[in-house]
Amino acid sequence: MAGKKLPLPEEELMDPGHVGCLGCGGCHAMRYTLKATGPRTIISIPACCWAVMPGVYPNTCFNIPHINTAFEVTAASISGIRAALDARGIEDITVLGWAGDGGTADIGIQALSGMVERGTKAMYIMYDNEAYMNTGIQRSSSTPIGAWTTTTQVGKVRDYKRAPKKNMVEIMVAHGIPYTATANIAWPKDLIAKVKKAMAVDGPSFIHIFAPCPTGWRYPPDRTLEIARMATHAKIFPLYEVENGVYTVKKFKKEASISEYMMMQGRFRHLTQEEIGSISESVVRWYDKLLKFELMTQEE
Amino acid sequence: MDRPRKDERPDYKTWKDIPLTPVCNFTTIKGNPTGGWRTFRPIVDMDKCIKCGICWQDCPDAAIVWEEDHPVWLYSHCKGCGICARECPSDAIEMELEVKI
Ligand SMILES: Cc1ncc(C[n+]2csc(CCOP(=O)(O)OP(=O)(O)O)c2C)c(N)n1
Ligand code: SF4
Ligand code: SF4
Ligand code: SF4
Ligand SMILES: [Mg+2]
Repeated sequence: MAGKKLPLPEEELMDPGHVGCLGCGGCHAMRYTLKATGPRTIISIPACCWAVMPGVYPNTCFNIPHINTAFEVTAASISGIRAALDARGIEDITVLGWAGDGGTADIGIQALSGMVERGTKAMYIMYDNEAYMNTGIQRSSSTPIGAWTTTTQVGKVRDYKRAPKKNMVEIMVAHGIPYTATANIAWPKDLIAKVKKAMAVDGPSFIHIFAPCPTGWRYPPDRTLEIARMATHAKIFPLYEVENGVYTVKKFKKEASISEYMMMQGRFRHLTQEEIGSISESVVRWYDKLLKFELMTQEE
Repeated sequence: MDRPRKDERPDYKTWKDIPLTPVCNFTTIKGNPTGGWRTFRPIVDMDKCIKCGICWQDCPDAAIVWEEDHPVWLYSHCKGCGICARECPSDAIEMELEVKI
């Protein structure tokens, strides 16, 4: 027991011994999320790093029931879990779908869209390491513009990722989802508060968690939280929530440089200052738009 | 085990006919000593520690436990990522190269 008050709930539902890489941001995301949900939770995970990290059957790092599912069906599987609980009249369980960015923004998007459209009471979390990490750093639709991956190899032809990052939260807003938010592992209290809000929703909820990956982003593992913080301070990953269509954006006095953020990571180090300049413009443009959304929806 | 022939397979009519299947049986992975992965060992200087709990909060491996009012490192599981040392607000943690004794 803590003599002094700890910054977060003390209970650990994610045990040490899992096989995530050193400094894996996905592990922060999981540990904090489970601190918020508590033990009355069932988690369903498709193919992704987190399918491997809990350990080899019959071992697991989770102290909650865990289902491993196929890559494309996270949202279908949690819809089924909710239907089974409903059939048995069990109401006090949080049903949590937990997938990577590839499993969400690419292959799992139709199952997710269906679940949200049906209004299933379940929470879906995308932990975003911005590529297919488990299979060796291939590009996903959530990989940011400019990034090197093993399928956007840069080289002499400068074939880095050209397409912009797909915005999953906005896709959820377009569904009329009752609750959706972004969260960042560098703000665990904010993350926990958002998960708790999502639990209270009588319907679907979606949270996009920014989870840096030292292995795939090419930076030393002790910098995970520093990089996560910089992404939000530089407005590359704004923190905001949308409750029944109403936007709330978290504002920060502190700022960080986009160029510095990028130069800390091997995956961006090939970019020229001009290229970073045009990426910065799109970052600022989106952030300004978000503030307008906030103004517009809060007034309504 | 041989796969049962089609006529030997159970004939489930509804989900209620499916036998109970364990989802997971709660054997903890704690027995996996990931401390063996470590190259650098976090060493705390308790005189500098202000007992804020940041290291405990920030460890991706839940390899720091809180005892009474201070952090204790589980070297059996700490992978040596160095996050605790980088994030400690009072610079109380040093990363030292592991040496085989
Ligand atoms: C249908 C199908 N296609 C491909 C794979 C191989 N596969 C396993 S994990 C993975 C990448 C997952 O990427 P993401 O969802 O971003 O999670 P991450 O590994 O990055 O955490 C792929 C392609 C698979 N398991 N199933
Ligand atoms: S590859 Fe990246 S996301 Fe996957 S376990 Fe390693 S650090 Fe975590
Ligand atoms: S972060 Fe540093 S000061 Fe805070 S409890 Fe840990 S060792 Fe002590
Ligand atoms: S070095 Fe990393 S794994 Fe080890 S205690 Fe510190 S934060 Fe945890
Ligand atoms: Mg990924």
